[in-house]
Amino acid sequence: MSSSTTTVPASGALPTVKLDRLPMLLLPVLALAALPLVGSVSSWVTLTFAGLAMGMIIFIMASGLTLVFGLMDVLNFGHGVFITLGAFLAVTVLGRAAGWTESEHLLLNLAAVVPAMLLAMAVTGALGLVFERVIIRPVYGQPLKQIMITMGGMIVGQELIKAIWGPQALPLPLPASFRGSLLMGEAAVEKYRLIAVALGLGIFAVLFWVLARTKVGLLIRAGVQDREMVESLGYRIRRLFVGVFAAGSALAGLGGVMWGLYQQTVTPEIGAEVNVLLFIVIIIGGLGSVGGCFIGALLLGLVANYVGFLAPKVALFSDILLMVLVLSWRPQGLYPVVKR
Amino acid sequence: MSEPLLQLEGVHTHIGAYHILHGVDLEVARGELTVLLGRNGAGKTTTLRTIMGLWRASKGCVRFQGEDITARRTPEIARAGIAYVPENMGIFSDLTVRENMLLAARSAGRAEDMDCERLDWIFGLFPALKRFWQYPAGLLSGGQKQMLAVARAIIEPRHLLLVDEPSKGLAPAIIQNMIAAFRELKQTDTTILLVEQNFNFARQLGDQVAVMDGGRIVHAGTMAALAGDEALQQRLLGLSLASHQ
Repeated sequence: MSSSTTTVPASGALPTVKLDRLPMLLLPVLALAALPLVGSVSSWVTLTFAGLAMGMIIFIMASGLTLVFGLMDVLNFGHGVFITLGAFLAVTVLGRAAGWTESEHLLLNLAAVVPAMLLAMAVTGALGLVFERVIIRPVYGQPLKQIMITMGGMIVGQELIKAIWGPQALPLPLPASFRGSLLMGEAAVEKYRLIAVALGLGIFAVLFWVLARTKVGLLIRAGVQDREMVESLGYRIRRLFVGVFAAGSALAGLGGVMWGLYQQTVTPEIGAEVNVLLFIVIIIGGLGSVGGCFIGALLLGLVANYVGFLAPKVALFSDILLMVLVLSWRPQGLYPVVKR
Repeated sequence: MSEPLLQLEGVHTHIGAYHILHGVDLEVARGELTVLLGRNGAGKTTTLRTIMGLWRASKGCVRFQGEDITARRTPEIARAGIAYVPENMGIFSDLTVRENMLLAARSAGRAEDMDCERLDWIFGLFPALKRFWQYPAGLLSGGQKQMLAVARAIIEPRHLLLVDEPSKGLAPAIIQNMIAAFRELKQTDTTILLVEQNFNFARQLGDQVAVMDGGRIVHAGTMAALAGDEALQQRLLGLSLASHQ
């Protein structure tokens, strides 16, 4: 999951494994560096949680994208359509369950939100299977065609969404229990941001567990490094890829629901807009690296919020600036994947 | 020569615009170690990759245990009982030695499910692997990576091992370790097709030998006959064993 280095062992001694912790240290260093610039501890706490929540949602959407690239070198510019679809499905489900979302009872709110998330994941996951079969499979190993056809797929999907839900922006209000803030000392932290952080951490933990502790996870990690060798060991990498593609699409759908609730408004362009952020995150993290994607997403979320507060005009390009800085330091990303 | 386990009949392979194999005819006898010798670019690695289905034969037939496997996909060929150790060793460097072995043990869902007796036997052949069991494979030395690559191929019984230049870039002590390991493997009746350029290494292990040049087999016979005929060595390989020792 992460890069490691070793010190040269003395004769007969075991080498010392050292995890590359520098990229992980960037997060606390950035947060601490922002504190004196922001000036107020309460504002800093609010911004930090906003940045972490944004980063977590972006990670949920980007994790599948980075694995899809890592496994088959497929750059899927159509990923955004699953995000848009997830968000619009949430509009429909939560709109129909308005009685439950407006209730002050947490359980009723959850009874509306959880099915919306599950439905979004199921539909986008299933659509991911179709997208892989119809759009991606004919252009394996042809990067230029992949870019063109996946972008085309996203445009077609976006237009279909407009045909079903209309071209206008639709409101996606937070359920009543998710609204408002919790006070931490003098700092107000929005409840939904805390939920997003918790959910994001949970998904990262599950992904980490699957990749580190299960044989399917080992196969995915091995396939990212050398898919030809995985096939030579007797495993069908195409099947693995289809599974990862569907899971990544489902996570994009879930991310779409969360991003829609975060913005509280959904437009047919929501996926295309966030797509840019996803590509920045997976490039910063190191293409194919889930751990790198996680750190990259949190970095992007924190930078967007701190810079948005300190220098709103710079915030317009802060994500690109972050990418330039990271790639100047590590041209292959924070945790480059060694590929053959 | 006993009944062939693997047969190549008139195999041609193209890689893009390049015509690499020009009608390879080769038989690998069951239970024996066949060495494929030849200069750089003779087509040895392409032959192994064509057998594994990593490159498709454009013409000809590859038969394994009597069945035509020419059009099969690589995973199916592997599942038919052929293990492959590529020239670059194909080690998953971010995975530990244990995880590399677990992936090669297809029938094991978890590390605990691997055959302990067989694992002990492998540790006997390559003690370094036990020592570095929990270490990322990327930290191993070149020789240890080669040991891991071979160990992965034998973690479960396979009918045929295809091994591409196992002595390449290794220190003499490690090469001796490899020779001892292959000798022990031969005693288990494992059939091996070994690509080599190190004739001294090949001579110590081979039962049969085939020499390639220009994408064809130009000689096939017993290793003993080639090792004992300096003129033939000079003609086929441009060397004599006496000058190589």
